[in-house]
Amino acid sequence: MMVSASASSIVSGSSMLAMLLTPPPHGQLAHLTPLDVAVIAIYFTMVLFIGFYLRQSSNTSEQFFLAGREMTAWIAGLSFVSANMGSLELMGWAGSAYQYGILATHWYWIGAIPAMLFLGLVMMPFYYVCKTHSVPGYLKLRFGESSRILAAFSFAIEMVLMSGVNMFSMAVVMKVVLGWDITFSILMSSLAVAVYVGLGGLRSAIYNEVLQFVLIWAGALLVPILGLVEAGGWHKMVARIASNYRGQDYVHLWRDTAHFSANPMGVHWTGIVFGLGFVISFGYWTTDFLVVQRVLAARNLRAAQMAPIIGSFFKMAVPFIVILPGLLGLVVLQNPDGTLLHLVGENHVSVANPHSFNEVLPLMMVRYLGPGLLGLGITALMAGFMSGMAGNVSAFATVWTYDLYQPLIRKRAPDSHYVAIGRWATVLGVAVSIGAAYLVMHAAGIMDYVQALFSFFIAPLLGAILLGMFWKRATAAGGFCGLLLGILSSVGLFVWVRMDPSALSMVALSPDAKSMAENLYRALWSFLIAVTVTVAVSLFTRPRPMAELEGLVYGVTKLPFQEPVPFYKNQWFWAVVVVILFAGLNILFW
Amino acid sequence: MGMRGLGIRGEIPIWFFVGVLLTIYGALIGGHGVYAWITHQRDPVMLAGLHAPVWWGGILLALGLVYCVKFLPGKGN
Repeated sequence: MMVSASASSIVSGSSMLAMLLTPPPHGQLAHLTPLDVAVIAIYFTMVLFIGFYLRQSSNTSEQFFLAGREMTAWIAGLSFVSANMGSLELMGWAGSAYQYGILATHWYWIGAIPAMLFLGLVMMPFYYVCKTHSVPGYLKLRFGESSRILAAFSFAIEMVLMSGVNMFSMAVVMKVVLGWDITFSILMSSLAVAVYVGLGGLRSAIYNEVLQFVLIWAGALLVPILGLVEAGGWHKMVARIASNYRGQDYVHLWRDTAHFSANPMGVHWTGIVFGLGFVISFGYWTTDFLVVQRVLAARNLRAAQMAPIIGSFFKMAVPFIVILPGLLGLVVLQNPDGTLLHLVGENHVSVANPHSFNEVLPLMMVRYLGPGLLGLGITALMAGFMSGMAGNVSAFATVWTYDLYQPLIRKRAPDSHYVAIGRWATVLGVAVSIGAAYLVMHAAGIMDYVQALFSFFIAPLLGAILLGMFWKRATAAGGFCGLLLGILSSVGLFVWVRMDPSALSMVALSPDAKSMAENLYRALWSFLIAVTVTVAVSLFTRPRPMAELEGLVYGVTKLPFQEPVPFYKNQWFWAVVVVILFAGLNILFW
Repeated sequence: MGMRGLGIRGEIPIWFFVGVLLTIYGALIGGHGVYAWITHQRDPVMLAGLHAPVWWGGILLALGLVYCVKFLPGKGN
């Protein structure tokens, strides 16, 4: 994303409308008609109304932080996927598809589906049975207070910083696409999120995430449909990519991953399978509280198990609105003189090449979407951002209140006190995110570091939680040391490669490896270190009595009896359907 | 896999909100598309001849109305 923009004054009232409708200056991709502005305004009115409407049913901590645990499987499942869509999910991965081809789809299929099924079928019963409010809360029950505080502290920092980076990136996109003022975009979207999450808590966040999920599809689905019509269908698109970009393979998922140098991403299938498909994916989808919180809000165990499975169907479909537009951009985007338009990296944008990879989706929208539809497309982009940010701040508010404030500041207080703290934590989370956004704006290099934060914590946390959940012998000291050393080793590998770029060949095991491979292998190594340390320390420390592990560990937990249901309501049946679809898609695009 | 609201008595189901929003968007976008078609205005986009606002707006409107009626508050959702 472009990061060199300056903040200007806060825009309000009539000047706001005037700015929205201002004709595009040179270089700006599009401008909005009154109909587009109406579409966007109606969306904001609706999400704020929902926040005010749900305030009345978010009075207890159970209601505010866990939505009363009353969500159906469908709502929890859609919210689960929507919270993950994030601000730049649509644009960022469409850009990656343009840059790397269909390989980007791995982040939606092998990088999500197995982990989502594992969460639903295997891990959810433990999260659900122990009645934890959060993932750090589970660590407290299993490994003690120190592990909880370490995980909660790192998660809270990660949430607000990631939220800030995403907020800034979204604002830059709005500036590039529509010429909107950076401060206006940041304040408009973040204040809306603060209001509806602060008032209605997780219930409001989830309600809006479902709405936003529908809007994302309504606004983005038309682009690949019209793109395929213009390209003459899938096969003609593939043929034109092959003819336009000779020697590069953009349309095979696995065929060219046997060597780092044989594919545009510079990755090896071992990195994709073990680094992405196992460590990063399982780490994110099964331990990141941002997504797990949505499933914990389900109304019973079966709904909690079904939610990720329902979500996995939609996750598998997302490449249609994200990856396909990127691929179509390779063949349909043209310069005014009719020659093929070449998008470049952010650092190579110039007069000759004015657009970056990340602009491929907005370019495609502008190409096909007229008045009204463009407003809907822009609304889809903003809905993606807001659902991701609402996920960040609602998870932050819960972890701050339950895992930091309650154990460290005020252990016993009335329930209403913690709800008030949660509301203020929501506002605080948004405020710190805005601060982080401006920090990134004035020090662009920070962005890489903040985005790397994500990978620092996720892989070691996966190691600690998996051993805690499936190995009775794991001890509190083992869990804490594994988590800590896993995080430190991940940070160490990151710093090593930054100081000495040639170290990448050692981290990723090949001189042909590129930065994407570094992320995958760094996660793999830090996971292995966390597991090794946890096992080693556990073997030298005293294990907890079995009776204390009930409800927390596989083998000593009696899972609640679930009434038999017809096969079409059974989570295992739908999981098998997902596996068949997943395998079929991978074979089809092999 | 019942697709009901939040399951809270008296609360407006989320699907009703979804229906309202789709209905409004469908009416606005479809209405614009029909008007542009009748008055022979062409939007400055590729494939304008396919009249995407008309059929896409129609789909949104139809889906929105179905959801509004099916999840109308007070119908026992």
